[in-house]
Parts: sequence; C-alpha cells; structure tokens
Amino acid sequence: MSRKQNWFGVAGVGLAVAVAVIVLLPQAADGGGGRSMRGVVRIDGSSTVFPITEAVAEEFGAEYRRVRVTVGISGTGGGFKRFASGETDVSNASRPIRSKEMASAKSNGVEFVELPIAYDGLTVVVNKANDWCDTLTVEELRRIFLAGSTVKTWQDLRDGWPAEPVKIYSPGTDSGTFDYFKEVIAGKTGSVRSDMSVSEDDNILVRGVAGQKGAIGFFGCAYYFENSDKLKALSIENDSEAVHPTRETIESGQYAPFSRPLLIYVNAKSLDRPEVTAFVTFYLENAAELADEVGYVRLPQSLYDRVAANVAARRTGTQFLDDQNNKRHGPLTDIYR
Amino acid sequence: MSLVPTHPNPVPAIGAVGSPKPEVIRTIKKQVFVGLCIASASLSIIVLAILLGAILLQGVKHLDWGFLTSPPSRKPEKAGIYPAMMGSIWVCLGCAVFALPIGVGTAVYLEEFKPKHYLLRKLHGFVQLNLSNLAGVPSIVYGILGMTAFVQVFGLFGNAMEPGFTLGTIDNWYYIQFPLGRGVLAGSLTLMLVILPIVTLAAQESLRAVPNSLREGALALGATQWQTIAKTSLPAAIPGIMTGAILAMSRAIGEAAPILVIAGVVYITFTPEHMMDDFTAMPLQIYDWAGRPSEEFHRVAAAGIIVLLAILLSFNAVAIFIRHRFQRPLQ
Repeated sequence: MSRKQNWFGVAGVGLAVAVAVIVLLPQAADGGGGRSMRGVVRIDGSSTVFPITEAVAEEFGAEYRRVRVTVGISGTGGGFKRFASGETDVSNASRPIRSKEMASAKSNGVEFVELPIAYDGLTVVVNKANDWCDTLTVEELRRIFLAGSTVKTWQDLRDGWPAEPVKIYSPGTDSGTFDYFKEVIAGKTGSVRSDMSVSEDDNILVRGVAGQKGAIGFFGCAYYFENSDKLKALSIENDSEAVHPTRETIESGQYAPFSRPLLIYVNAKSLDRPEVTAFVTFYLENAAELADEVGYVRLPQSLYDRVAANVAARRTGTQFLDDQNNKRHGPLTDIYR
Repeated sequence: MSLVPTHPNPVPAIGAVGSPKPEVIRTIKKQVFVGLCIASASLSIIVLAILLGAILLQGVKHLDWGFLTSPPSRKPEKAGIYPAMMGSIWVCLGCAVFALPIGVGTAVYLEEFKPKHYLLRKLHGFVQLNLSNLAGVPSIVYGILGMTAFVQVFGLFGNAMEPGFTLGTIDNWYYIQFPLGRGVLAGSLTLMLVILPIVTLAAQESLRAVPNSLREGALALGATQWQTIAKTSLPAAIPGIMTGAILAMSRAIGEAAPILVIAGVVYITFTPEHMMDDFTAMPLQIYDWAGRPSEEFHRVAAAGIIVLLAILLSFNAVAIFIRHRFQRPLQ
C-alpha cells in the first residue's frame, strides 16, 4: 500500500510543478508595462517577405507588449488560401494576388487592402571560380532554363566558354521566387526545365552553387547580399545595357526584369480592430528601415505615403490587375496609385 | 568440453603444405567476425559522439539563461527559445493526458478481456492488426488527418474565425471552441494519434509479461476480473507501461512534421494561455533557425537542439527512474 501512495505522491508533485511552471513563468516573462492594447494579429504567407514582417513584428511587440502577433511561412499561394478563407488578418506576398485567389476571397466575403512594402531583386548567381561569365542576356537565360534546353555545358551557351557542365540550382516550385522567375523566363504558359536541383531551403542553393565550378542558380537578393563572399552575382542584360543587381538599380527599376515589389495584404474587416490598424501603421512607418536591415530595398518615401493614404481610405482590391483581370506591367511607381 | 568428440590428430589440409592449420584459420575467422561486430556496434556510438560533439561545440556559446527565457528575434544574439519551449511543454502535457488513459485502456482490453464471442474476437483481431499498422504510419499523415479532424472538425462547426460553439472567452483559461482551430489542443490530439500505437503496444507487452499465476491467484481468491486488473496485473505492469509512455512522449516532443501542419507558425513571442491558443514547438523553431542564411543562426539552432536533447534525455532519465523505483519481485 505504501508503495502505491508513494506513486501518487510522485505523480502529484510532478503535476504541481508542471502547473506551477506553466502558470508562473508567462507572468514572469510578461512583466513590464507597455501600452494596454490587446488582441491577436495573425499573419501567414511568403517566406520571402517573412524576414521583414518578422522584424516589424518584433519591433511592434517591444512597443505593444500585449498584442500577440504570429507569423507563418506557408508560401505566397498557401498564405492566400488561408487569407481568402478569413483565417489570417495579414498575408505576406512576393507577387501580386491572382484573379483566381481574388475570386476565392470574394466568395468568402473577404475584402482586402494592398500594400507594397519593399523591393526584392531576384539574383542570378554563379560560383566564385567562374571567371568566364559576368553577364547573361535574358535570351541566354531562356536558353539555359527553358524546358527542352540543350545547354549541357557552358560551351553550348557561348563559343569560347569552357566545357564545364551547367548545374542548375532552383528554389522550390511552391515559392513565389520560382513563380516569378518562371514568368519572366517562360511566360505564362511555358515551362522551365525539370532537371534542376530544387530546394525550398535557399541555404542549400547557396551551398550548392558555392560548391561547384559550373553551377548557376537564382534566389532573392537578400540571400545574395548575405552570402556575397561565397557567390558571384551576374549582371543581366535586358535591352541594351547589362545591369548589376545592387540596391540602387533595384530601387530605380533599372535592374529589369528581375526586380519585383513585395507586398502585404490586409483583410479590410480586420482593419476595424485597433490592434491590426496599429500593426499596419507601425509596419508602414518602419518598413523602409527594416527592409534595408534584412537585405531588401526600400520603396521611395512618396510611395509609402501613397500606401498609407490608401490604408486610411480603406481602398480595397488590387492595382496589379486591370478591369479585365489582365496583368499590368511597368515600374511600381507607375502602377500603384 | 569432454563431451565434444575431437579428432585426436587434426587432418592437415590436403595439398597445402606449409599453409596455416584449419584451427588457426577458424580462430582468425572468429576474430575477424568479432572485430566486425564491434566495429558496427561502435559505429553508432561514433556517429552519436560526432553529432553531439559538433552540436555542443556550435551551440554551447549561445546557451544561457537569456536564451531560455526570451522570445525569438531576427537578431541571433537576442534570439531565445522560450515560447517554443513552453509550446512544446503544453502540447506534450496535453498529449500525455489524452494518450495515456486511451492507450492503457486499449491495452487492458486487448490483453485482459479476451472475448469469447465470434464477432468480438474478430473486432479484437482487427484492433490489434490496426495498431501494428498505425505504428508504422509516417507522422506527416497524422498531421494532415489532425488538420481535418481536429483543426476543422470536418467543417461541421463553421470555420475557426467564427466558431460554431464556444465556452468562455479567450481571456478564460478554460476557453474551448469548435472547431478547435490551430491551437494547442489540436496539436495535442494530433500528437496523441502519433504516439497512441506506441503507448498501447508497450502497455500490451508489459501486461503480457505479468505471470498468469498472479491473475489466477487473484481470481481463485474470489476477486472479480476488474479487481484482478486494478489490484494485480496493472500495478505489476506499471514500470513497463511508464517506460513505454515516456519513450513515446520523447517521440512526441521531437515531432516536427505534424506540428508544422497544425500550428503553421514560426514566429511567435507569447506562450499559450488556454488550449485554443496559437503555439509553436521546439523542433519547428530549430528548423526555422537552421534554414536561415546567416551562420550565426545555425549556432542558435544548435543551442536549441541542445535544449531539446536535454529535455529528451531528462524524459528518458525519468523513465529509467520509474522503472527502477517500481520494479519489485512479482512472487
């Protein structure tokens, strides 16, 4: 019998300790004052936009201690799926919303405000030891990446280049980065070759390209800026002149066609909640600085002002599609009104 | 030795003048085999040592009180594991609360109540077969099942934003809603699915190991079947059941895939306050850190792995402690 009582004693003490830990520790960590606003802001979407949103959420949390912000990384498409069903307040997106996604949001009664928050440049990188190639034209990129490509070695691409095999590293097909690259290279209907090393983890791409002399890959410029000592970025020649990806060329729109806006979409109904409005306002006030900090490129201040005005006016819908749901092209400053 | 017939004069190998004797070859063969066995046994230890060594070397610098008590951050030097750690503890406690009674109950049914009726025997066999199969199902599959069955409750109660049923408000610790949403409870129930077969099979094994003479003795003294189970076979099986349960919990706390599907959150600065609250878990947090470009974050991930391993090892230590504490002679 005493054995049995012992057993219950042990279990009881264990349970009490566990409960005490759970009940007491959060309060210990909560501490401090901060503003008294409470509530939840749920965010999901692109892993490309994640670093900025995370930085904003962190700074926001330091100021509004009782507002609980969660950020997920389901990818742009996955994020829109949750956003369209009303599950999240804010959706991170590395491309504008598609008409299909808009229709699905509409059928659930979800209206949204569109906010560009930074630029991202898509960087094409090669190995450091690659001393023959500094510039590629968009046409040459097509020859490498399109489905049915016959380019096996660098020699196939341009005469006089070595017969080093071309080894391609690409982000996962679910990522906004891949979507964006595919659209520039292959257009709406074409497809990209399938014999590439694909990884959702940009880190693996960096390691892959850094490890092979003939490798070529592409990903968001943030990863290149972080790893510029290991990789070489190529200049891209679109019309006549070759442009190297730098913060300046991305912001000015010179680095075409591989610079793109990053956006967040906010559920218009959520904007009625003070904590969401506070978060979005905070986001716009700090986006420029934090975008630079995490490796993206800030928008011109005039554009941030325009975005803030649109949020204040609750201007819903996307500006990247025209009335017939066709994509609008051009620099962001021209598209976004 | 004396019983084994031996050749008085070993026959030398025919036509092999000067080559080693057969016994020498046999001994060499034996020694080579022993060597191989030792090598393959130590391989696992070497791999473990390298793994632990590399992780300790990488992560130990980041491991301090601040790491354990602060929320994640984009700056590696400020990043902490506190919300993920508390999320893991919440989810695993919830998981234990559900998995243990159901798992042990199933085991008692399967081992102690052998049915006589034909149909019940079929059911018995069917449950047993399914348990063995479920133990081998990849955990991501449970994650997707949990998404449908717990997070959305098959869409029966509307969506998580406008739940069809609520009890209390989000300020109450007992707040409950249907559908459950991507909260702690959905995570606990999903992990319960993952470990239920393990708990049940372990409990079955240890119930089976209880000698039948004990049960027969109890029954012979006039105890009912319920009394026999409650007072005799279950207490005798407790060390084995606890070991199995705690090993299953170690698995639950290390699972990333189902949590990734259910929680879907990688940045979170608060700890759960009720069973419907958003959460993240340690394996997810570590995965997120390890996937970041900066080297510094890989070291933070290593520190997270050390914390996870420490919790896992202490779970195992508890299992060993209980086994020794409650093991007693059965006669």
